[in-house]
Amino acid sequence: MDIVPYLLLATLEGLVQASVLMLTALGLSLVFGVMRVVNVSHGEFFMLGAVAAWVCANLIPGPPYVPFIAALLIAPVFVGALAWAADWAILKRINYNPEATIVSTIGLMYIIQQMTLITFGPDAQAVDAPFYYTVRFPWFGYSGYKFFIIAVAFVLVGGLLYLLRHSKVGLFMRATQFDKETAQNFGIPVTKVYSGVFAVGAMLAAIGGVLVVPSQQAHYLMGHDPLLLSFVVVIVGGLGSIPGTIAAAILIGMSDGLLSVFFSPTLAKIFSTLLVALVLVFRPQGLFGKAGR
Amino acid sequence: MSVMRVEGYNAFYGRSQALRDFSIELRGGEVLCLLGRNGAGKTTALKAIMGTVKPASGALWLDDVNLFGRPAEEIPRAGIGYVPQGRRLFSELTVWENLEIGLLTREQGRDGLDYALELFPVLKERMKQRSGTLSGGEQTMLAMARAMCITPSVIMLDEPTEGLMPSAIAGIRDAVMKLRDSGVAVLLVEQRVDAVLPIADRVAFMDHGEIKAEFPIDEVRENTALLHQYVGVGH
Ligand SMILES: Nc1ncnc2c1ncn2[C@@H]1O[C@H](COP(=O)(O)OP(=O)(O)OP(=O)(O)O)[C@@H](O)[C@H]1O
Ligand SMILES: [Mg+2]
Repeated sequence: MDIVPYLLLATLEGLVQASVLMLTALGLSLVFGVMRVVNVSHGEFFMLGAVAAWVCANLIPGPPYVPFIAALLIAPVFVGALAWAADWAILKRINYNPEATIVSTIGLMYIIQQMTLITFGPDAQAVDAPFYYTVRFPWFGYSGYKFFIIAVAFVLVGGLLYLLRHSKVGLFMRATQFDKETAQNFGIPVTKVYSGVFAVGAMLAAIGGVLVVPSQQAHYLMGHDPLLLSFVVVIVGGLGSIPGTIAAAILIGMSDGLLSVFFSPTLAKIFSTLLVALVLVFRPQGLFGKAGR
Repeated sequence: MSVMRVEGYNAFYGRSQALRDFSIELRGGEVLCLLGRNGAGKTTALKAIMGTVKPASGALWLDDVNLFGRPAEEIPRAGIGYVPQGRRLFSELTVWENLEIGLLTREQGRDGLDYALELFPVLKERMKQRSGTLSGGEQTMLAMARAMCITPSVIMLDEPTEGLMPSAIAGIRDAVMKLRDSGVAVLLVEQRVDAVLPIADRVAFMDHGEIKAEFPIDEVRENTALLHQYVGVGH
């Protein structure tokens, strides 16, 4: 038996995992980095993205790519607006106090889950892929849609990095992250930056949700795994470090793919959990983070 | 002419009162020095003016507008430049990015930047450097230049010469005087009287969150007993 096809398959699966994880974890990392808020409800924004894609698939007629493209636009706008409202109604009122935000986002998590359960019921809902195209390798065919996932994720993350480095809004975000008070002393509207960051973080998760729904089905509890994995990534990558988050997402996603194909998904989970434990003990600033400042 | 007037600021940290009926007036083309011991409340006073410490009562007149109670980010946009204690540069950002933040505060064009670079030409060669890697003197220059980028009508400096060598201090002092001569109203916080004697027009003494007395500089120069009385000098 040849190992090459297995290795190729595992790498591809790992890349797909890594791509979605990168989007979701980046949202969490951005929110933590700039606002110092640990957003426990982040996985629900992912879930809402997936559910929005399913709703679009049912309401919008036409070939599958029409509702899908619609979902790719509508889901982040809707979820971003919801996050913006949650920031305004909850986080701002408690002054972004670290402990209070953890407790209140736990509450928000349950509210969103239960609202979804009440509205759409407990069943997992399948959504068609926007297109069927199989990429032929000598040993097997692989879903072209999954290549599309990888492409969308990398384009989005690249765009986000570019904006962070080269736009006025990105400059304001980095200044706020570094020193909120001095940012205010130079006219940066910190509260608006916060609302914007919270919305953008949620939008990234929602896009992740839309992208996975053709291969994973939409379900009101589907936010748990991405939340946990995102925490793993953010801790391994170094809290609040964007490049660290990207690198860690690729590391965790790829190892997850490889271990799942060659051994078992359970071993993959054990590995990532172990990695977090080791990082927390030996390198609490994260594999790619800088030592405390 | 009075450019900025602070009236009756009271501010608290929890239950302890950090500012008591704090009032000052700044005039264009003049340096007012605020002196006081460690913990007198000088930094708190500047933060209260900048709106990041919220005063419980008072008024903040800038020209004819009362800015009291406005969100903190609106204070610099009204034309108050701030050089915080310890400089507080965005040290992970480059020199240019720090200046850019100053330029974006009010978006009043690049005159302030050009003037700052004329005063501190070394910064020109360091634009792409991470500001945290600048020398202490250069960091202070950058902090001043960043504040000048907003083309302020008032500039407040909190112990800008703290920890600097005499040669660097002279450069900062020189820049403060040039700013004053260009018509800016300057509020300069220091602990040491000798640091301000050559450049101050007026001196205000602060203790326990309160302005205890204010004198024109000539009176301070002639009457050293005043210094002993208010700052327990020698220094
Ligand atoms: N964030 C804070 N919380 C509680 N108390 C504070 C806080 N900041 C300052 N204080 C207290 O308020 C008082 C005034 O402090 P402030 O920093 O304004 O003094 P200062 O005159 O600037 O002193 P220095 O010359 O040492 O800089 C001090 O007693 C200080 O301990
Ligand atoms: Mg001070």
